[in-house]
Amino acid sequence: MEKNRESPGSPILRIKELTVAYKLRDKVHNAVRDFSLEIEPGGKYGLVGESGSGKTTIALAILNYLGKDGLIQGGEVLFKGKDLLGLTKSQLKEVWGSQISLVPQNPQSSLNPSMRIGDQIAEVFSGRNGDFAGDILFRVLTLLERVHLPEPGKIARMYPHQISGGMQQRVLIAMALSLNPDLLLLDEPTTALDVTTEASILGLLQEEVTGSGSSALYVTHNLGVAAQFCDRLAVLYAGDLVEDGSLLDIFQRPLHPYTTGLIASIPSPGVSRRESKLISIPGQIPPLGARPAGCVFAPRCPIAVNICLQTPPLTETGANRSVRCHRWEEIEQGLLDRRRFFSTYNGDKPEKISKPVFDNARNLLDLKKVGVHFELPRSVIEVFTGKSPDTLKAVNGVTFSIPGGSTVGLVGESGSGKTTLARAIMGLELLTNGRVEFAGKALPQKLSERDFGILKKLQIVFQNPDEALNPHLKVGTSIQIPIQRLLLCDRDDAEKKAIQLMEAFQLPAEYFNKKPHQLSGGEKQRAALARSFASNPSLLIVDEPVSSLDVSVQAAVLNMLDEFQQKEANSLLFISHNLAVIGYMADIVAVIYRGCLMEVSRTEELFSPPYHPYTEALLSAIPIPDPAVTRARIHLEGDIPSPVDEPRGCPFHSRCPRVLGDTCKSEQPGWQFDRQGNRFYCHIPLEELESSQDLLFD
Amino acid sequence: MLVTILFTTLIVFAITQYLPGDIARVILGREAGEAQLEALRAKLGLDDPLPVQYLRWLGGFLSGDWGISFSTNTPIMPLVLGRFRNSMMLAALTLLIAVPLSIGLGVAAGLKENKTTDHIISISSLSVVGLPEFVTGLVLIQVFTFRLGLLPANSSIPPGTSFFEALPMLILPALTATLVLLAYVTRLTRAGVVEELKKPYVRTAELKGLSRRNLVLKHVLRNSLLPTITVVAISIGWLISGLIVIENVFNYPGLGRLLMFAIDRRDIPLMQAIALITVLVFAFSNLFADILYAYLNPRIRFGE
Repeated sequence: MEKNRESPGSPILRIKELTVAYKLRDKVHNAVRDFSLEIEPGGKYGLVGESGSGKTTIALAILNYLGKDGLIQGGEVLFKGKDLLGLTKSQLKEVWGSQISLVPQNPQSSLNPSMRIGDQIAEVFSGRNGDFAGDILFRVLTLLERVHLPEPGKIARMYPHQISGGMQQRVLIAMALSLNPDLLLLDEPTTALDVTTEASILGLLQEEVTGSGSSALYVTHNLGVAAQFCDRLAVLYAGDLVEDGSLLDIFQRPLHPYTTGLIASIPSPGVSRRESKLISIPGQIPPLGARPAGCVFAPRCPIAVNICLQTPPLTETGANRSVRCHRWEEIEQGLLDRRRFFSTYNGDKPEKISKPVFDNARNLLDLKKVGVHFELPRSVIEVFTGKSPDTLKAVNGVTFSIPGGSTVGLVGESGSGKTTLARAIMGLELLTNGRVEFAGKALPQKLSERDFGILKKLQIVFQNPDEALNPHLKVGTSIQIPIQRLLLCDRDDAEKKAIQLMEAFQLPAEYFNKKPHQLSGGEKQRAALARSFASNPSLLIVDEPVSSLDVSVQAAVLNMLDEFQQKEANSLLFISHNLAVIGYMADIVAVIYRGCLMEVSRTEELFSPPYHPYTEALLSAIPIPDPAVTRARIHLEGDIPSPVDEPRGCPFHSRCPRVLGDTCKSEQPGWQFDRQGNRFYCHIPLEELESSQDLLFD
Repeated sequence: MLVTILFTTLIVFAITQYLPGDIARVILGREAGEAQLEALRAKLGLDDPLPVQYLRWLGGFLSGDWGISFSTNTPIMPLVLGRFRNSMMLAALTLLIAVPLSIGLGVAAGLKENKTTDHIISISSLSVVGLPEFVTGLVLIQVFTFRLGLLPANSSIPPGTSFFEALPMLILPALTATLVLLAYVTRLTRAGVVEELKKPYVRTAELKGLSRRNLVLKHVLRNSLLPTITVVAISIGWLISGLIVIENVFNYPGLGRLLMFAIDRRDIPLMQAIALITVLVFAFSNLFADILYAYLNPRIRFGE
């Protein structure tokens, strides 16, 4: 298919009433219903939805690349006028890569582990135009440069596992751009990446798409990212398109209750839970095959009425604007107050603000110059030549304290050492130096040396809810066992207490007998949290508790955690890479980079200058779900360097946008304190930082 | 690897020492008198402490003196090496046929998962797995020798026959051994292919517009074959000295039959020699498999 130019102004992609279903064990379940969309040439369309919304299905359906379980039941996908659904496999191969390409989600598994990167990119070229090998090599290197990869020659010779996730994603972007396609499909390309890496990849994508004039369809669940990249949005819920419009329309005048709820459930950076509660949409997304008849959102909708038992039609409410809701006119005319949809907002009366009560008499947990170093294994040759092993200083000289009754947030990207630190506190890793004190007494390093008294008071919830619960045990049993063991209850008592805990986390009693695989991600995480509260710990460490959850569920879990903490007055060490969530939950924030603390500040002061340069970069990288906000974006060059090469000076100097030069490179900074007692690990004097930094959030 | 081999020789030696029966008596027969037995034992060094015997044996092996076979009274080395050569020829031919065939069938079955081709291949390999070699061997003889008159039933080749001269006589036993291997190598390859095809990188490659052929050869194959290689490596050891039944059916002078012969006559030095050769073959083929594995899987090469 040659690249013929259609008449300007006609959409490059026109999806008409696409309906897709999946075959699951002899039953056919509808995944996407009557989906329609038009992308203009050069347009950047966002497809926003949570899990189960059908967004990835649509992206694959556009390519006509659904697996054998996927059935296209109806509709057309017109690309430059031709229906892709009617093409044969070999005709599609002419389109794939050269006219439409996909940038997939998980960079690690999307590259062939046993082929060199250069070869994988070169494949796209060979056999097409009879290019010479030298020519191809040139094109590969040019592509790698185009996506800002350092030392392209070296990278081309490497294998995927030798480079970081951010670099792998750039390689995939390079592959997708290699033949200059007219349409770029982006399937959550930054979901698996750190915030700063995400920001620079988004920057790259914007540059590319705008520069080449190609169109893009960006599939994501992250409204902030969508707000940054797209000019139009389509919001999906459980297989239905519920709202469609320009970026500003959707964010400033949402017409569908789901959109309103979704936007409101995202924590705004700088807004803490003590100021206003997060909105959470009650209920959960219906699984495939259990979708209600009529309006799919009705069971969770605060304004559902009788007519909602009928499927609402997709109504055009204006130019390039449509919504699927029976009551859209009422919403548009302001007859229904959006702000009251999901909250108990009572006009202008603010919610009671509770100030954090710190038990300042004694800190609950004290970390004093804690270091966790790992020795890297040497190859056989190195052992023979007597080379001493490299040390990986995962945690390096960390000192901070957790007061009783407070929440301390630990923010860092991947490789920062935050999980290692959590494990060290729990006794799962040995400290190489420093000490940890719990309630004033030294904490035994090894888990096996700790008595029940300590075990009861110190608990942890790990990151991945899918792996946190034993798949062979019933959910209730998983919660019951720690109650029995740590509180020394008998079986029946423990069972009753377990059910009480489950209900406190909004898991109905019937879930006791269910197995983990029968629960959704959010439910599993709530079960894991319930289990950790079994012994009523005084300190609970939560490691990325909401990162893998959908936005609407995230809000619900955070609210539950908040309630529990207010009731039981325990402390939380909240570990996350998401500063907005940390800003919401924590009273004190510690920022960690490459094993060292960079800043420790009270939350209310973290979001205003002075910022540590790294904090500044992190804050500016947060994707804000508000297109009206424009901020200076601070880009950090490169990816997080390998923690093995230990710099002599400040750990951040190689990427710091405010680096002073030799001082930062060779001398370690000291701690600077500001008026409120917050501390910063930087050479730059605080007054200078304060005056030169812009306020990033109101 | 050297440590493994040394340790195995120790085990081989130790086990043969525990075999029941007095060697001297076995050689001299029942009527031999005590004095004669004593004399023989002294001559054979059977009264020396075990570690000494072990070192003497090992030393002899390494220097090329493999001793004399009790039962034939001839030097062991030429005997074993000759048979070893025959077994190698048979193993080589078997591998030449079996490996490409089973990998090809496995890939074909995996690519067309759950379609007709796959069903045919899977069912046939499954049904062959259960058939013992003497059945398949005899069936092959029936078909190719008696009905078609193409190939000989008797594969006894005189020592020193070259590979090409022996070829017609090697074909049927090789086919029989192939059928045994085919069954599970095919299934293993098929499973590997099916597994890899599900992986995201295959999707990335297809959506680049790659042809099916390129996709399979360059991407899928090298990642699917890893378990297959391990199994083939283990099979090599079996092909060298484990083909006892096949060698019997076809009267082929291989190492397997020699081993049976030695066991029958309690010819311990001969048994030890054959066991040792087998061990070495296993060790080297595993080493080769490891190298091949590292070549195909770069993550092992660089240490993750």
